[in-house]
Amino acid sequence: MTALQTITPETFTADEVVMSARDVAKFYGPLQALKGVNFDIHRGQVTTLFGENGAGKSTLMKILSGIIAPTSGDILLDDEPVRFHGANHALAHGISIIHQELALAGNLNVRDNIFMGREIRTATGVNFAEEERITRSLMEELEEDIDPLTPVEELRLGQQQIVEIARALQAKSRILIMDEPTSALSSSEVEVLFKVINDLTAKGVSIVYISHHLEEALEITDHAVVLRDGEMTAWAPRAEIDIEWIVRNMVGENFNLGARPNSKMGAPALTIENLCVPDASGNGLVVDHINLSVRSGEIVCIYGLMGAGRTEMMECAAGRLKAQSGTVKLHTQDVSNLSISERINAGLVLVPEDRQRDGLVQTMTVGQNLSLSSIAAFTRGLFTSRKVESKVIEDSIREVTVKTESGATMIGALSGGNQQKVVIGKMLATQPEVILLDEPSRGIDIGAKAEVFKLLASTAEKRGLAVLYSTSEVGECLSIAHRIIVMNRGRIAAEFDHTATKEQIMAASGEAVHH
Amino acid sequence: MAQTTTSTPAAGGIDLNIGKILLEGRAFFALVAIVITFSFLSPVYFSGSNFLTMSSHVAIFGLLAIGMLLVILNGGIDLSVGSTLGLSGVVAGYLMQGVEIPSSGVILYPPVWAVVVLTIALGAFVGAVNGVLIAFFRVPAFVATLGMLYVARGVALLMTNGLTYNNLGGTEALGNTGFDWLGFNRIAGVPIGVIVLAVVALIIGLVLMRTAFGRWLYASGGNERAAELSGVPTRGVKVSVYVLSGVCAAIAGLVLSSQLTSAGPTAGTTYELTAIAAVVIGGAALTGGRGNVRGTMLGAFVIGFLSDGLVIIGVSAYWQTVFTGAVIVLAVLLNSLQYGRSGR
Repeated sequence: MTALQTITPETFTADEVVMSARDVAKFYGPLQALKGVNFDIHRGQVTTLFGENGAGKSTLMKILSGIIAPTSGDILLDDEPVRFHGANHALAHGISIIHQELALAGNLNVRDNIFMGREIRTATGVNFAEEERITRSLMEELEEDIDPLTPVEELRLGQQQIVEIARALQAKSRILIMDEPTSALSSSEVEVLFKVINDLTAKGVSIVYISHHLEEALEITDHAVVLRDGEMTAWAPRAEIDIEWIVRNMVGENFNLGARPNSKMGAPALTIENLCVPDASGNGLVVDHINLSVRSGEIVCIYGLMGAGRTEMMECAAGRLKAQSGTVKLHTQDVSNLSISERINAGLVLVPEDRQRDGLVQTMTVGQNLSLSSIAAFTRGLFTSRKVESKVIEDSIREVTVKTESGATMIGALSGGNQQKVVIGKMLATQPEVILLDEPSRGIDIGAKAEVFKLLASTAEKRGLAVLYSTSEVGECLSIAHRIIVMNRGRIAAEFDHTATKEQIMAASGEAVHH
Repeated sequence: MAQTTTSTPAAGGIDLNIGKILLEGRAFFALVAIVITFSFLSPVYFSGSNFLTMSSHVAIFGLLAIGMLLVILNGGIDLSVGSTLGLSGVVAGYLMQGVEIPSSGVILYPPVWAVVVLTIALGAFVGAVNGVLIAFFRVPAFVATLGMLYVARGVALLMTNGLTYNNLGGTEALGNTGFDWLGFNRIAGVPIGVIVLAVVALIIGLVLMRTAFGRWLYASGGNERAAELSGVPTRGVKVSVYVLSGVCAAIAGLVLSSQLTSAGPTAGTTYELTAIAAVVIGGAALTGGRGNVRGTMLGAFVIGFLSDGLVIIGVSAYWQTVFTGAVIVLAVLLNSLQYGRSGR
């Protein structure tokens, strides 16, 4: 802590509470993302939020940093209730946030990004020399050899993360929120970041930290807040907790997400052999020699963290991404060179991860979305038959139990869970043999999750459908899947049958392991 | 009226419904208002023969607007239709003058039906070039069709050396008479141009509402990624809409040069903007996925009946331009009210 000697630490007591959440709740339409959260942020300490995807961490952070307003409840700043009008208002109160998705302008250089929106102005313009000097000293503090005049797009992802961190440091906030700041950093960069965090807390800056790497987070945190499905399940100081405690509170008891169907398993319906997909830069592989197969009637779960290659593997199998090498077989037919629509006709369909971006056509109705992939089924000669179409739509609505007034309702009027059922229903209407679902439970509430999984289980049992779904919530692996495949960095790290434990699965994924 | 629907959704049910009906049927009510206003201002406006005359003017814009609608539904834009119209007219005129085969010195006079087919094929070709550039080479639609705007116009000027083909009537002895039929003849009193417009509008309307292609078009305009993942051949759809737009422009070029019995290389200059305006007034969203033939037809009639009405009551051409511009901006304003934020 030599750096400490150069600064004059203000006097403060560790118990001093700078910010607290009181009964904070947030609704998105009918969906409740946060249900009455209570905790304190102590001065000069690190408070870590733990929770699975969709547990409400990001919502909570956006509320703390003023990006969104809570539906009910209060945020107290120095014991005074505050209402932020946007992120800049929160920034004026000394709260800044480092986003998980980098919010940098790639075309601008490091200096201009760090001072974006708060340039050092002079009578004649901007004092670029002073900005450059400060940027240089920030980079020194972060032990990163980055020239302030380098365009950000030329930096690798980890360095961009450093720039984002430097930007938050430059704002000299007293509360700094970090959303997965280490996801793109190397281990030596993580060490530097932790040293910076220690310096900051010594100066009285409070840190709110979010990470999926449990051990890493335990290393620096002073308090832990655990969220599950929008509810705060636990809040405790570091001395009282360990990894097991976190996992237990994060995952909870098994909620009933449906049971494994007793389907009659047939021959392998989907076989993926030595599949490789190049990454965005074209140098490495995001899917690295994957081999797997799914039998008719079988449900296989793929577990992995963000960036494990699950999405790319599924998009490649469905024909969206080009494979570098390897084959995808449907029963005995090699479909590797077929287009997306040819694969759909052959019986291989994908329910994409991002419902809004890739799943739904927002300008169309529920019915038109449901029937989009099976137009041929109700086309008679040149024209579509309204009668047959409405029957197809009604059958679909009933099969996947979409709660909608009618097929003529606009798709945007439905809740997230029902929209997801429409995307699944659209694909089931093509009478597929194999269905791939990328994070089918993302952004839908627990009730809808259970319905989606029960639907998959019953379809696998009744139709002999082969189901391959991915998830980043370990509780969802152990619900309906016959087998669990764990992916890590583009490879298959482990394979389990349904008797596996949560700890085994999480350990194999690279989560919560040694650092 | 528009405010009632958006800002106070809880206000009394009847008010809300009237506001909503007015907003959704705005193109229709605008047309009615235009007809009523000009009928008061001029005694000659409200008559069957004047409506038919105005409608044959509308036919040109209407044909372009239908093609434009398809492109806009796909989320694109086609700036080349005015030039394609001009080029089509010039090519039709060139063919009518007879094609000399240099090696044998024979001059061929293709019959009118062959001229029509060749001209439409030319329009399809121009559209196909646009479509392939946009769908396969990922040139932005605005840029690709802007380039085509210049190229097609330039070719038309080169072919005529800036002059106009004047005599398109053909000669009985050469067997190529009848070109003026499109522009001058009437069936049951209705100009052929208007009938052509009606037929094209019906066919495209049916294609949009009742065929797989129509559904694909709405889907890929609404969300291209989702459509592609749902098995829609999005590139094929994209090329097709530009081809159809080119075909519509060629038909419009034939009707116009037939109406004028002459084909000038500058015909149709800035018509692409009128076509876009008609589509927008008809309630289509420039972001794609929303709009229909009925609205676009109403939009074309609003523009046509408004500008002809202004001519009839003797308002200067400069004021016409101002009025047309105001109507377009008002239409887009109402579109954004109707679609709210989600329309963006």
